[in-house]
Amino acid sequence: MKASENLRAGVLSVALLAVLLTVWHLSTRGGAGAEGLDPEYAALMGAQVTQGTSAMPGPLDLAATLWEHLSDPFYDAGPNDKGIGLQLAYSLGRVLLGFTLALLVAVPLGFLIGMSPLISKALNPFIQIMKPISPLAWMPLALYTIRDSSASAIFVIFICSLWPMLMNTAFGVANVRQEWLNVARTLEIPPLKRAFTVILPAAAPTILTGMRISIGIAWLVIVAAEMLVGGTGIGYFVWNEWNNLSIVNVIVAILMIGLVGMLLDRLLAVCTRLVTFRE
Amino acid sequence: MTAPPLAPTRTQRSAEMEIPMSANHKLISIEGIAKRYPSKGGAPLTIFEDVWLSIDRGEFVCIIGHSGCGKTTVLNILAGLDQPSSGVVIVDGKEISGPSLDRAVIFQGHALLPWMTVLGNVAYAVGARHPKWSRERVREHAMRFIELVGLTKSALRRPAELSGGMKQRVGIARALALEPKTLLMDEPFSALDALTRGTLQDEVRRICLDSDQTVMMITHDVDEAIYLADKIVLMTNGPQARFAEIVENTLPRERIRRDLHRLPGYYDIRNHLMDFLVTRSANFDDELDEGREWSARSVPRVRPAGCTASRFSASSPSVSTHPTKDESP
Repeated sequence: MKASENLRAGVLSVALLAVLLTVWHLSTRGGAGAEGLDPEYAALMGAQVTQGTSAMPGPLDLAATLWEHLSDPFYDAGPNDKGIGLQLAYSLGRVLLGFTLALLVAVPLGFLIGMSPLISKALNPFIQIMKPISPLAWMPLALYTIRDSSASAIFVIFICSLWPMLMNTAFGVANVRQEWLNVARTLEIPPLKRAFTVILPAAAPTILTGMRISIGIAWLVIVAAEMLVGGTGIGYFVWNEWNNLSIVNVIVAILMIGLVGMLLDRLLAVCTRLVTFRE
Repeated sequence: MTAPPLAPTRTQRSAEMEIPMSANHKLISIEGIAKRYPSKGGAPLTIFEDVWLSIDRGEFVCIIGHSGCGKTTVLNILAGLDQPSSGVVIVDGKEISGPSLDRAVIFQGHALLPWMTVLGNVAYAVGARHPKWSRERVREHAMRFIELVGLTKSALRRPAELSGGMKQRVGIARALALEPKTLLMDEPFSALDALTRGTLQDEVRRICLDSDQTVMMITHDVDEAIYLADKIVLMTNGPQARFAEIVENTLPRERIRRDLHRLPGYYDIRNHLMDFLVTRSANFDDELDEGREWSARSVPRVRPAGCTASRFSASSPSVSTHPTKDESP
């Protein structure tokens, strides 16, 4: 029953994709071009007018371009001509660096907040104000103080991945079951060992959930940040291709951003499952 | 750590033979503890106050009373997990100041760490008790106690894969593996079905008798108290709960569950406990108003079976006679 449902869902997915591609193909196929134009005027107006083609690429154009990109993803022919794989690697590198820095700050700080109601109350106003700030709003401040566009992008990733991990760690630590803490107390487990052997495993699923939210947000933000700072990265690539008016390349980039984002999320989902325990 | 005001030191004990037996064996002494919670109305809410009790080495004591009377709080104070608002608890000549590996706790909800295996849970406790032991030695010691509760085959399973009774067995193995001076149990069998409860009670009784373990247990199950305990402390309903009486269990020490109800004196004890739980636990203050003799410091000891033998010869059933009175003179 379950298997057949999966099969049916798969068939439905493929059918939907086929419908989508067909509609896309038909709507971008183009109609008849304008007849009897002055040749000079026609040259000025381009294929859109003379042959009736749409500026929007069709699925076949996309497939051809995609194949082109994927057959040589890592070439580097100067600052404005790099393979899409290389651009994604730049973006991923920034995300992972900013995310790791945020993790190193968020987990210990979250532990502190979760374990001490005093610190929790004292830091709460700061966190509540900082949390809703769009990470890109930090960009000018980061550019001014850090004076390095690439490091500023990493800082923006850091600041946007910080909050979900901080909040989730604090919540997970504060809500460790009292009876497990009592077990540790009756066994006279020293505080540091207690933190690593009881509180950390107990809070790990919540912390990992925070990490999963964080990496999702970081991947959203990196595209916008790279559009601003420029130079390298998938966000820069999108903006550069927009300036080149290459819509097909923009669509390729959108597709790749989605794929990489999904992979990052899956990866964290697997990690979450590894630390989740049944009670 | 203050010296106990009453208990003699160990060396004195062996020298002074005239000290009464009970003082000689005293391991735990609860001295005038109270628990109060501040309330909005001004006067703090008193759960209980001026509670006194002493427990001898090797003795099995049950506290019985209704939910909410504060019996779990008494146990938590003894465990060091909770602090009394006033009064002290003295264990082995020292005032307690917090939890200790010498006072192992078996929790009501088994409280196993779900991310560890059965062996992991027990070994975690053993490792805490003996930090210098090698991994093999810790493992070996843990396995011995897992075998004692009959879970050798499940040693590598996680708590989620075990039944309720098996989980509680792991909790028992974890506590016993500490080889504590005192075992504190907070309604350890209340979440189990009747059949499992019976088996576990048998095992706990066997293990405690074999190792001469000092035990304090909280329960609201009358039959469980009669089967397991040497002394049954009756606690009145809260707030301002009191230890009303200490019922001495006059049944022979080598009792078997299925013969329990045939033992002389069984129904006297059972009726006494039931009477207390059904009516007297709520109306005990009226009894005091009517002039009943009672003192918090030395709670009256009662032998419902009317047996004249002292507690220390209670193992001989021949001395128990059928009672005509509810209480010993």
